[in-house]
Formats: sequence, structure tokens, C-alpha cells
Amino acid sequence: MLDIQIHSTPLDTQTCIDFTSHPNAGGNTVFVGTVREFTKGKKVLRLEFESYEPMAIKEMTKIAKLAEEKWSTLAISIHHRVGVLSIGELAVVIAVSTPHRKASFEACEFMIDTLKETVPIWKKEIFEDGEVWVAAHP
Amino acid sequence: MTIKLVAYGIAKDILGKHQMEIQLEAVNNLGDLKEWLCQQYPDFQKLRSLSLAVNEAYQDDDFALNTEDEVVIIPPVSGG
Repeated sequence: MLDIQIHSTPLDTQTCIDFTSHPNAGGNTVFVGTVREFTKGKKVLRLEFESYEPMAIKEMTKIAKLAEEKWSTLAISIHHRVGVLSIGELAVVIAVSTPHRKASFEACEFMIDTLKETVPIWKKEIFEDGEVWVAAHP
Repeated sequence: MTIKLVAYGIAKDILGKHQMEIQLEAVNNLGDLKEWLCQQYPDFQKLRSLSLAVNEAYQDDDFALNTEDEVVIIPPVSGG
């Protein structure tokens, strides 16, 4: 069971956890990515996320299916936020349930690591004295 | 042939717009298009990576282009 969504309104962690609750689950791992206040000592005012939404949904679905196959997950929920985010807001929530806890930890780590490499979503950090697209340059 | 370019993130800043239509001769595949982009907009060469997508999926350099294709420019992603 997969639940892959992109939202322009605040994410709700409990919605993702509820989706992955399952009678055969022995463990549920949840990763919550949030907006950090400082990058290399510079104060971040806000973040702006944009996505190429149809492809982002497809790529996140691909990642979830890989995890489902490799770790025999019971349910996976991935919600990603777009738009303007303030410090502390949730950028991404990934929840996954499996019969035993080790698999849910591994599947969750795999999904956030791969999401950061392949899913067409971009974030811009806005500082007091400028702005930068994160990870654009070497 | 006519190609519709769509750009996101820093690619949108480099192109100066989100979408544009270009007329190209002597461009057969995505590799050729990437070369053209890097010549016309040298800032693309400074990026950590540059990928192109057609039909909502990443495609290789040898992906053959047809007129009216929509090509999406994918600069280094930074979600999560």
C-alpha cells in the first residue's frame, strides 16, 4: 500500500502514520525533514520549494515500490511539501511499516536518501543578504 | 524541429523563463540538445549535474527527439 502526495499546505505527520498502521506491523519508522535555521553559519529566513509535480510523484512512487520489494513493507506514506516554508516547518514526512523494526529503519533511510538524489524537487534558501538554490553548484 | 523547453529551479533562472519554444536544426537527440544548451547558456556548465526529462521520466543522451517534444531541464535536485 502506497500513499504518495505533494502538498502546498502544511504536512501532518499523524496522517502518514495512520496510513501505515497495519495489523501485521511490528514497527513503524517515521522520518520528518524540517527547515533548519542556519546553513554554514548563515541565518536562513525561509525556504522555497518547487517541484515538477507529475514526475516527482512518479519518482517517489518508484522509490516506494523499490523499498516495498526489497524490505516487504506493509505500507508506505510519503508526503512532500512545496511552496514557502518557515524555520521548523515540515518539508517531508516518510512513514513505513514492516513486521519487524529493522526493515522499517532500513527502508525509511533508503527512501529519504534516494528521494534527495532523484526526485525533481528544488529548494531555494533565502538569507538576509541573498538567496541560493541548494546543491546546484559543485 | 520545434522543441518546447520547460525549466525548474536554477535552470529557470539561467534560461530566464519557465517555458520557451526553440527551433533547432542539426539536433537529433538529447545529447545534442544538452550541448546546444551549454553553448547558448554557459551557466549550465557550472552546475553539479544537468539532466533532461521527456514524458515525465529521465532520459539518456541518445534519446531521439521528435518535433513538438517537450523537454524538461532538471538541474541538481534538492528535495527532502
